This record gives sequence, structure tokens and C-alpha cells, in this order.
Amino acid sequence: METINAEIFTLTYGSMVRQLIADYEDVEEVNKQLDKMGYSIGQRLIDEFLAKSKTQRCADFRDAAEKIAKVGFRMFLNVTAAVTGWNAEGTECSLILEDNPLADFVELPEQLAGLKYSNLLCGVIRGALEMVNMEVECTFVRDVLQGDDANEMRLKLLSSSTETYPFKDE
Amino acid sequence: MSATPAAKRAVAESCIDYLTLELVNNYRRQLQGPPLQAALDAIGERVGRQLVERYAKERPPLLEQLDVMKFICKEFWAEVFRKSVDNLRTNHRGTFVLRDTQFRWLTRLSQNQMPPQVGQPLPAPIPKAELAADYLVLPCAIVRGALAGLGLEASVTADATSLPQVDFTVVVRQVAAR
Repeated sequence: METINAEIFTLTYGSMVRQLIADYEDVEEVNKQLDKMGYSIGQRLIDEFLAKSKTQRCADFRDAAEKIAKVGFRMFLNVTAAVTGWNAEGTECSLILEDNPLADFVELPEQLAGLKYSNLLCGVIRGALEMVNMEVECTFVRDVLQGDDANEMRLKLLSSSTETYPFKDE
Repeated sequence: MSATPAAKRAVAESCIDYLTLELVNNYRRQLQGPPLQAALDAIGERVGRQLVERYAKERPPLLEQLDVMKFICKEFWAEVFRKSVDNLRTNHRGTFVLRDTQFRWLTRLSQNQMPPQVGQPLPAPIPKAELAADYLVLPCAIVRGALAGLGLEASVTADATSLPQVDFTVVVRQVAAR
């Protein structure tokens, strides 16, 4: 992958979030908008991911989550995430992002307590997985920018039409 | 504001492509809120100011207009658009034309357009020149912001009629307060 200095990307993202806050004057709307924009990006980005990672078809949701965490984040943001907190059915897990390039140089004022600053990432994951026939819900549940001790995205599989997944016959 | 990390962090170049593409798309389909031009102007100008503050802080102040322009064409351009400007011309009365023969942020646009998204109706085709104009709002605003950060108030416009070559025209209005 060709790389660039992260700051141009990070600052453009930050400036965009600031603009959305000015546009909507409502953090919930901004969160939604970030998710929506991420979703469109994810739908495009999956092609590049599949082409450049030369990854095999994901066997199941577990496999997909691992690939996002270990290959996807590394490819695009040059960081990796940990996959933890699986539920018994293997349909829900958490991605823990130790190091979030989007949040560099960022501090949030108190009035933005509800802002999911990096919500674009959730949208990207949702959009990308949809293109490989996995419908998921993805939300930020912990955010260092909001004073939490980690960045955690909760990923929940809603439906999947991959061959092997047991939801198929239900 | 956290301290700058010792080693500069890198991300995939396509990150900025996806982000700028989606920014344009977002403000294109937006029915309410500010028009594309106003929104991207504001976004880009902030980015330009912030970037130039970082890049220029280690160096002595640039006093002459031409020195500022040279800095923009070389260092700034190389950092942001990955290569220097190929040609700089001026009328010596405050107008500068910066020619980038392979403008990095539009190379994808000049080669092929993004495929339509699955499950959505095909949008009506948009003429390439018009499309390019939308994608140039942000880079123009970034350059304008950078110039302002260096003390020059200017207008910046771009001509993309012969993609991937882009000519940026900078007209310095006056020396702004720093």
C-alpha cells in the first residue's frame, strides 16, 4: 500500500467532524451522519481490501472479525485491533483499538459528551461486511476521547448468507 | 493538543481518497445544510492552516511573497499532494499559476470513475469537468488556508480541463495579519 503522513488524513477528518457539528448542531445527528458516510466508504473500500489483502473467503463471522482487526486495520490505518468479548453463539464481539489515528491531536469539549468522534469506522465496517453478505450492527461502546479506558467497538451479526453460517436454514 | 509523535505516523494513501470522495458525495446529495462549496471551503481552509502551522514552525518566517509561494510549491505540496509543483509562473503583481502535471488527488478521477454502488440506482452521469470542479474545492481551500497561515490572503482557483494536469491560480489580495 502507498502511504501518506497520517496528519493530513487525521486533520481532514477532524475538520470534517467540526463541519458536521456546525451543520447539524446535534451530536446524535452527527453520529448518524458519520456512520452513514463510513458506510458508503466501506462499500467501496472492500474491493481494495479483497484485492490487496489476497484474503480467502471468510469462513464465518469469527474469521471476518479477525480479518478486520488484524488485516483491515493494519492495511488502511496501520494499527491493529484486538478481538475480544465473544458471546457464546459467536455472533457478537468487540474490537479493541489501542491506538486510534483518527483521534490524534483531538480533545473534545464537555458539550460534545455524546459525540462518537470516530463513528465513521463503525460505518466502514458495516458497509464493507454488507458487501460480503454479512449484515452487522457496529457501535462505539467505549471511547478514549470520552474518558473511557479503551476504544471499543461492539460488533453484532444480524444475518449472514455465507454458506457455512448456521443462520442459513432458519 | 497532544505532542507530535517522534516518528511520523503513516496511513494508507487511499484513506484520504476515500474520505475526500465521500465528502464530495455527501455534500452533493445533501438537501439541507450548507452547499458543497461553502462546506468544503471551511473544511479545507482549517486543514490548510493547521498543516502549514506544523510544517513551517521549524523554519524562519517567510518574508517575501515569492518565498511563500516557493514554500507552498515545494515543501507543502510534497507533504500534502505527494510531489512538488512542476511549474510556477507569476506576473510579479500578485498572480501565480502553479501547474501540477499529475495532480495526485485527481489521478483516480482522471483514470476511471468509481463503480456504481450495488443495490442503488445508477446516478445520472456527471460531466467530468464538473465533477473535477467539485473535487477541487477542497484542495483549493487547503492551499488558501495554508497561504493565510503564512500571512497571505489570496483567492485560489483551479482549472482541470486537461486532467490529470491541474493549474492552480493564486491571486494574492493583500498581506493578511498573521
